[in-house]
Amino acid sequence: MNAVVDRLAQFGSNAVPGVVTLLLVIIGLVPLGIPQLGLVVPPIALIAVYYWGIYRPDLLPAIAAFAIGLFHDVLSGGALGLYAFIFLVVRAVMASQRRFFLGKPFYVEWWAFMVVGAAAFLTQWVLASLYVGAYVKPGPLAIQALLTITLYPVLTGLMIRLRHAITRI
Amino acid sequence: MRAPGGNVLRLAGPVRAVIQRFAFVLLIAAAFLLMLLGRFDNALVERTRLAVVDAVAPVMDVVSRPVAAANRAADAVGDLANLRSELATAREENRRLLQWQTVARRLEAENAAYRALLDVKTEAAPLFLSARVIADSGAPFVRTVLMNAGHRDGVRAGQAVMNQDGLVGRVAQVGQRSARILLLSDLNSRIPVINGASQQRGVLVGDNTDLPQLVFLPNQAQVSPGDPIVTSGHGGLFPPGLPIGVVGSVRDGIARVQPLVEWHRLEYVRVVRYRLPRLAPAGEEQPVAE
Repeated sequence: MNAVVDRLAQFGSNAVPGVVTLLLVIIGLVPLGIPQLGLVVPPIALIAVYYWGIYRPDLLPAIAAFAIGLFHDVLSGGALGLYAFIFLVVRAVMASQRRFFLGKPFYVEWWAFMVVGAAAFLTQWVLASLYVGAYVKPGPLAIQALLTITLYPVLTGLMIRLRHAITRI
Repeated sequence: MRAPGGNVLRLAGPVRAVIQRFAFVLLIAAAFLLMLLGRFDNALVERTRLAVVDAVAPVMDVVSRPVAAANRAADAVGDLANLRSELATAREENRRLLQWQTVARRLEAENAAYRALLDVKTEAAPLFLSARVIADSGAPFVRTVLMNAGHRDGVRAGQAVMNQDGLVGRVAQVGQRSARILLLSDLNSRIPVINGASQQRGVLVGDNTDLPQLVFLPNQAQVSPGDPIVTSGHGGLFPPGLPIGVVGSVRDGIARVQPLVEWHRLEYVRVVRYRLPRLAPAGEEQPVAE
């Protein structure tokens, strides 16, 4: 009986990174009704992909990052495969550089997120322009990038708690 | 003592790494393949996409409700604060509208009389269908929203979508219980319009900004700020005369239109189900263009 409960708990906690990322995708698409924000809603799921890529890449495998990114593309009506690509690459880069971040203070992680976030938005801009077949104005994307970077500490605060909770199980 | 299968485990490490690397490359390739397929409107990709959106629509519907409720609550608080000034404005507006009502009634009667005299064919009255917006587009280079009504509710691709202010856009893709609306500010939006002041035709072209452009006007067209822009009804699926906006600015020969819709207040929308007065002989049911 206990073994079953343990396995369920284990399974549940293993699913946390994927579920959190998926939830952030859904929340990111809810119409918020704030003037002007609709155009520059930050893709907050990027924060989760980055975070779990550093701390638990084993629980957010490449295929999961790909699938969640694709889910975002399908729902958002944007270029199919765009976020699948971005999430996949961000997860891979963070998973390969994770040793650098472990044990470093928080601001290092945040600074690196600014670089990764900027790179992700640059990629998005170039691919989106190619996809639409026209020059896409970079303004909204830049604001989106800034918002995402600003939101990083808030969301990681939540995810740190979740990570500690699932390591205990 | 070594655990059985130790050799296998020792081998498994590098093999796993190779598989993982291979999977990564494969997934990257898949992402680019999807981008290409999606770019060229592959039918299978579109169908799959609609099926997924359909499946998730109820979830988005539930998730978006508390946010919408909170927004309404915030609006209510704001309304309370502005109650007195709003009331004065509303009274003033009501007085003006009552005068207009008299004028409108007279014109209506006059119109009916002329119609009867000339035996004019009246146009099919459009049917409306209300739906809720359940998701914004999460990408800054597309202007689309999802609504919670689809094929089973009678929504078809190409139909006009309005809200209480004016035209919002048109139905772009239809699933069983959800549909995607292409907003009139999107890069791909083209709407045949007519300038209410000069009665000249044009096309309203979205360019991903809040102010779509008015193009293909006849030469020496008279456009000036403040001109009302309405749908012309050319092309069939839009009824003529739906309000869109007013000309906001005319600069370097480019007229931009300020839509009546407030984009951030897009919660409930109305789909206009409209058919052109039929050209085919009666009894031959014409399928609505999908």
